[in-house]
Amino acid sequence: MVGRESVNCEQVWSEISNYVDGDVDAALRASMDEHFHSCKRCASVLAGTQNVVRLYGDERMLEVPAGFSRRLEKRLAQGSIGFLGIGERWSSWSAWLVPVAALALFAGGLKLADKFIFNPPAKSILSAPGHDIPPDMQVVISDGSKVFHVAGCPFIHDKATERTITAKDAMQDGYVPCTRCLRQYLKTGVSGKRGIVASDNDSDDEQDEKVSIGSITP
Amino acid sequence: MSEPSVVSTNSEQAGGTREQELILSVQRGQNELFYELVRPYEKRVYAAALAILRNEHDAEDAAQEAMLKAFANIRQFRAEARFSTWLIQITVNEALMRRRRGRTVVMEGIDDRRIAEESDYKPREFADWREIPSEALERKEVRQRLADALRTLDRKYREVFVLRDMEHLNIQETAEALGISVASVKTRLLRARLMLRDLLAAGWEQGWFSRLPFEKGTKPW
Repeated sequence: MVGRESVNCEQVWSEISNYVDGDVDAALRASMDEHFHSCKRCASVLAGTQNVVRLYGDERMLEVPAGFSRRLEKRLAQGSIGFLGIGERWSSWSAWLVPVAALALFAGGLKLADKFIFNPPAKSILSAPGHDIPPDMQVVISDGSKVFHVAGCPFIHDKATERTITAKDAMQDGYVPCTRCLRQYLKTGVSGKRGIVASDNDSDDEQDEKVSIGSITP
Repeated sequence: MSEPSVVSTNSEQAGGTREQELILSVQRGQNELFYELVRPYEKRVYAAALAILRNEHDAEDAAQEAMLKAFANIRQFRAEARFSTWLIQITVNEALMRRRRGRTVVMEGIDDRRIAEESDYKPREFADWREIPSEALERKEVRQRLADALRTLDRKYREVFVLRDMEHLNIQETAEALGISVASVKTRLLRARLMLRDLLAAGWEQGWFSRLPFEKGTKPW
């Protein structure tokens, strides 16, 4: 330890930084204080050191380049997602929004698929079953075809083998109504109405055949 | 006797409660508050990075990266440490790592041998002296002169000086941040302060502070 009576300039210089920081014991501080009063050079060194500490320690000495804050904020906004992942980055209310939205999209997709794949609109009346056909109505069937007709229908497949049975029996045997002569008993998927009679331009064949449905309807 | 670290600590205590609230909020997941938490320290973070890297672009990038690392590790922060110190230490680590990565060969002398050399510094003699008022820093020219003088210091002195006198870390924190002994910090700090004192005194001779309100015939030293 430097004694109060023996402190000299070199010793003062070696301890002056600790002195400024208040990091010297009381005896040394007293010795240095006494020295400063008598030594203008050391007093100058002390004042200069204090100037340095005070000026550089001022907040105004801390400057950042123009736009630094904006760029930092942007980097933090971008980087925070990378560090934590989307689930942690987002607030709690929006955290469950993602799976819910995904579920809704999935359900919507299923509904669309069901509409277009599992329940397609009937584009052909051949695929539609008959309805409201009087069970006792006499119809004509023939070999080589599973279609039953009214008598006189020009579209009976093999007239040589035609037989007359009731409509109920025909349907029980797996026969379906003729789309020409029994059209009023067919449901058309296109119109959505039961038993509606198709217009003349439904198909080129029908136009060519010029069948008068009304004339052969029982 | 001026104690800049005490002034700084008081100002930090004034906003300490709000800072603790912000820390807890971010730790609990309110990430959007993180920038509000670190904004008061962005200048100090940048200054710490610049002291080590000496390049503005590198310093800014290191400062941003340090902030991101602080964000990523915010849950590990414990209240027994000052948040500013924790943040500065992360910044110093980031800057030191970048400097090591950027250099192929880093040859540093033996610390203990340098201590003896550093202790021999003899300050220049200036007969007249006077305190420089802090108002001088209002002038950009003065701030620039001080920054220029700081840049002329050797790296090992500049780093210690910036962390201790500008970032207001204490001696122990400075030693831990830089990975050197407490004795080395004290010796380098003494040397840095005396060298800056001499540089600024020479600047006075060159008229840096010529427009400051000193009495005619007096000098700031």
